[in-house]
Amino acid sequence: MTEFLQHLVNGLSLGSVYALIALGYTMVYGVLQLINFAHAEIFMLGAFAGYYAASWLPAFSREPRFLVILSLAMAVCAFLGVVIERFAYRPLRDSPRLNALITAMGVSMLIQAIGQLPFFMGPSPRFFPELIPNVTLASIGGVALGSLQAVTLAAALVLMVGLHRLVFHTRLGTAMRAVSFDGKTAALMGIDTNRVIALTFMVGSALAAAAGILVGLSYPRIEPTMGVLLGLKAFVAAVLGGIGNIRGAMVGGMTIGLVETMAVGYGSSSYRDAVSFGILILVLVFKPSGIFGRAVTEKV
Amino acid sequence: MKGRAASGWAWAFLGLPLFGLLGWLLPSHTESYFMYVVGLAGINVILAVSLHIVCGLTGQFSLGHAGFMAVGGYTAALFGTKVIAEYKLLYLSEPASDTILFLFATLLGGTAAAIAGLLVGLPSLRLRGDYLAIVTLGFAEIIRVVIENVETLGAATGLVGIPPLTNLFWIFFWAGTTVLYAKRLQESTHGRALLAIREDEIAAEAVGVDTTGYKVRAFVASSFFAGVAGALLGYYLTILTPKDFIFLRSVEVVVMVVLGGMGSASGAVLAAILLTALPEALRPLREHTGVDLRMVIYAALLLAMMLLRPHGMLGRRELWSLRRRKTAPQPEVAP
Repeated sequence: MTEFLQHLVNGLSLGSVYALIALGYTMVYGVLQLINFAHAEIFMLGAFAGYYAASWLPAFSREPRFLVILSLAMAVCAFLGVVIERFAYRPLRDSPRLNALITAMGVSMLIQAIGQLPFFMGPSPRFFPELIPNVTLASIGGVALGSLQAVTLAAALVLMVGLHRLVFHTRLGTAMRAVSFDGKTAALMGIDTNRVIALTFMVGSALAAAAGILVGLSYPRIEPTMGVLLGLKAFVAAVLGGIGNIRGAMVGGMTIGLVETMAVGYGSSSYRDAVSFGILILVLVFKPSGIFGRAVTEKV
Repeated sequence: MKGRAASGWAWAFLGLPLFGLLGWLLPSHTESYFMYVVGLAGINVILAVSLHIVCGLTGQFSLGHAGFMAVGGYTAALFGTKVIAEYKLLYLSEPASDTILFLFATLLGGTAAAIAGLLVGLPSLRLRGDYLAIVTLGFAEIIRVVIENVETLGAATGLVGIPPLTNLFWIFFWAGTTVLYAKRLQESTHGRALLAIREDEIAAEAVGVDTTGYKVRAFVASSFFAGVAGALLGYYLTILTPKDFIFLRSVEVVVMVVLGGMGSASGAVLAAILLTALPEALRPLREHTGVDLRMVIYAALLLAMMLLRPHGMLGRRELWSLRRRKTAPQPEVAP
């Protein structure tokens, strides 16, 4: 039982990271019906932005260091997300979906490849600085809650509540939901769809950057290819929750995190990456619209 | 239509032996580095044209070609190390027996990949195209993880001792077969259904095309040839490692299809040859700077292609119908 609870804590902490990344996928899919492959790279760049901010800027050695670096990385990635949308996706807004998908793939590969060049981040892994000392905060009946896990959970929770408020309680959020419901009609109703799409990329990318920092805290090895696998799993989480559905992405992320941690805890760790793809295939076979998704009839 | 069918068979009966003759006359790939690269180009042609069936003709997007290649390659290679290297068919000389068994091995590899294609394609092709990209990507990664963990398959160090039976003849033979298959498919009723799916899936379904069925069949055929290419690669290099089937390999094949022009088999052939030659041409640069720029170049090519010239080199035209085009212009690519 203790072991199970411990896996539960670890799984939720990992799952909240997946959820943060999955939100970006699901939001962009909502407004553009595009799998934004480059999202995984935004996540990776978020981790590196944090790394460079922490190691280069001595001004950030003061407390609250973690929060300053987190917001800096989020700002950098929000900007990058908008740039990518403006120069790679917007020109293809009206072309076949396959072209947009291939472009997204291309952007992702380009960022990864450039990142691996020696004069940028280089192919070898770097080690994320210890922004928060790793101590055990509380131990209840043998179940330990580490400081990193607590920070991860708290940060993810704050961000997700914030996002929820943004999407469901502001005018911008209403516009976002309108564009995702039907872009053309939303435009006719006077919503500046280009602006809303850019803002969606901004918000999604900022969340991915936060996830990057949180991953950097718990798993300090960061490298330019770190986004690929995590990004894929987060995408699986988004599909599991119902792609395009924001609550779905949160639940899906937590589920993937829990299942993966349990599978590693009670099974074998060499197949940990195969677990989420197994889940993906099961979802596609039995309920392709995901947990919260509704079946969409395609408009002709 | 009849004339076209006849010309197709003429291609099969005249073209293939011609390819074979060429393969026999040219110096062996073990003696000349140039010929070695030619062989790799041939294998890439098979891969590119097989992906063209899914991507160019049917309009679906697969990112796991390396996975199917791995399934075919390892199946054939296992057959090679366990059977061909040990046994010999009765009443036949060693080379003859090896040749027959090798042909069987390539077919076996192709079949294994086709079965994998069916298993992957069935759940994901029922849905809209972009799921296929993710599922195939995931599948290819799983296959690689499994291979890295299974001792019988050589794990991470690789499967060694595959008999060196692939020669240029076999590569040309299979490349020719693949191109011919794609060409014949494109001009058949089956191919028309695939094109209809590519142009408008909903409209195709509305006029009675069994979209899922056609998509799955196209995907299975494509996987078969990818498996054959994997089998050829194994017997060509005589060693297979999981590194041969990394994600970059799948991407490479996608770039070939996009560069050639989605919807053009001959474009895929040209792009495959071009992209095999490119790293060789860049070798001095790489040796000078010590940086492998392949990935950057592929990505930049892909992006530039999509943003500036989404039709690729040939668009939907084929080299063999360039003359015909003048009388009947091809319709522009639909927005």
